[in-house]
Amino acid sequence: MSQVNPAVPAAKRKNRKALRSNLVAYSFIAPNFIGFCVITLVPMVFAIALAFCNWDGVHEIEFIGLQNFAKLLTDKTFKTAFVNTIVYSVGTVPLTLVCSLGLAILLNQNVKLRNFFRTVSFFPYVASLVAVAAVWNNLFNPSMGPVNMLLSKLGVENLPRWAAGKDTAMITVILFSVWKNMGYYMVIYLAGLQGINPDLKEAASLDGANSWQTFWNVTLPQLRPTTFFVVIMLTISSFKVYDQMFMITQGGPGNATITLVYDIYNVAFVNTPKYGYASAISMVLFVLVLIITLIQFKGSSADN
Amino acid sequence: MSVKPMKANARRNAVISRVLIYALLIIIAFLMLIPFVWMISASFKMNKDVFSFPIEWIPSNPRPQNYVDIWTKIPLLTFIKNTAFLTVVVTFLQVFTSSFAAYAFAKLRFRGKNLLFLGYIATIAVPWQAYMVPQFMMMRSWHLNNTHLAIILLQAFSAFGVFLMKQFYEGIPTELCEAARIDGLSEYGIYARIMLPLSLPAVSTLIIFTFVNTWNDFLGPLIYLTRNELKTIQIGLRMFISQYSAEYGLIMAASVIALIPVLIVFLSLQKYFVQGVASTGLKG
Repeated sequence: MSQVNPAVPAAKRKNRKALRSNLVAYSFIAPNFIGFCVITLVPMVFAIALAFCNWDGVHEIEFIGLQNFAKLLTDKTFKTAFVNTIVYSVGTVPLTLVCSLGLAILLNQNVKLRNFFRTVSFFPYVASLVAVAAVWNNLFNPSMGPVNMLLSKLGVENLPRWAAGKDTAMITVILFSVWKNMGYYMVIYLAGLQGINPDLKEAASLDGANSWQTFWNVTLPQLRPTTFFVVIMLTISSFKVYDQMFMITQGGPGNATITLVYDIYNVAFVNTPKYGYASAISMVLFVLVLIITLIQFKGSSADN
Repeated sequence: MSVKPMKANARRNAVISRVLIYALLIIIAFLMLIPFVWMISASFKMNKDVFSFPIEWIPSNPRPQNYVDIWTKIPLLTFIKNTAFLTVVVTFLQVFTSSFAAYAFAKLRFRGKNLLFLGYIATIAVPWQAYMVPQFMMMRSWHLNNTHLAIILLQAFSAFGVFLMKQFYEGIPTELCEAARIDGLSEYGIYARIMLPLSLPAVSTLIIFTFVNTWNDFLGPLIYLTRNELKTIQIGLRMFISQYSAEYGLIMAASVIALIPVLIVFLSLQKYFVQGVASTGLKG
């Protein structure tokens, strides 16, 4: 191929060259793309189709139109799961945001042992969920955990029952999530803070702004794109929550901490499998995430 | 106002804010670390002593026996081997295929580029949990349930990795590639000798994310792996916790063991991490 044949016209040669460079490019993409198509794209399309069907995995797939979606409207467990997911979201997103921003600002200062503090704050994020959830369960054990022991020493009378209490179970999971994930968003904020032009802060302090005013009028507006990104990421991941509940409350007490993904898992893999119905719930989750993504898309194109 | 007291004032304020910052940092570090310290402390205790109050941070008669017993109570070694195998294979595949594809998307011109990339981007928004059910059905029809291959396939090809690496490659000057091309390097050569070595921060970031995600993955192995000899450390540990919920000392010992590999990977790569997040556009 590398030998240039003078008999081949220039246009054809050019074509061949273009074809060749196309093939090289495809060879770069192929390993990932083939795997991605088969493992991700195909099931995605299948999921949409399955939402309109009835299937237990044994008998024939049966097309039932919108029946699954009609059933969702009267399904109490689904409704609870939906509401719980939103409650969890409303609880974790602002709390994690504020904590991670505060932490990032502290750790962006010129302090001794800065790297140590950064590593420490990030560590809960990388730590195994099963392991830290086990510790959390012990620390917040209602009858003998150190947290309640401490509270009773301090004179608190109605000790909270944490994961075992109907009203406190969700709060317990939210606190756990904030603790576990804030380090990750802190890193994102740190990256954002390092992207701020230092001249802006200097100009503000020359104008006599104190550090609080600088924060409100310079740092925070400059961080707007980062904050936007963090809010979106937090919201999407809060919609997908499952593991935390599974390990800390098992969705209980009652259905107090059951979430959409928890419901999907139960419907599809526990007792008699109802794959079609589970896919219908999945579509609800998908639409929720899609809405947030569209907001992000609009927001980030407005920013540019 | 004279100049002198103002200066003294400013200095005093600076000292106060320093003290405040350190106080806050120490409280935060304390909150972050205390569960881990408690975990290690409890892992050296008898069950009956785990909840003694006030907490005995350093056990008066430590019981390292927990770290011996745990290996025979559950097949912990098998779990660790399985998880290590899966994590290494997935991380390798993920880094290799993602950076390979990302090179084409960032630096090559070819037909259908935008369309293909749009395909990746569109799926980033679809949560795995929304299609995990049909995916499981598909894998089961290929008799891949209860195999490690299923977990590898599940994790190895992500749009996220391609996106992350592409963002980073776009920051590398195209002139570098042009110069190499003139010097007679093939595209594969440019990828291997120029782009990959230059993208160490992004690769480290991707390794940390993939390693941590695979090592800690729960729902995937929970759905696919039901046979004990195939289980990963996360579901193995979870199974142990639900079977022996009162064996606090042993549970904590097993948890400490489950944390160590991630800690090692994280600490050895973390210096690249903030830089990696900053340069790959993960910050938005």
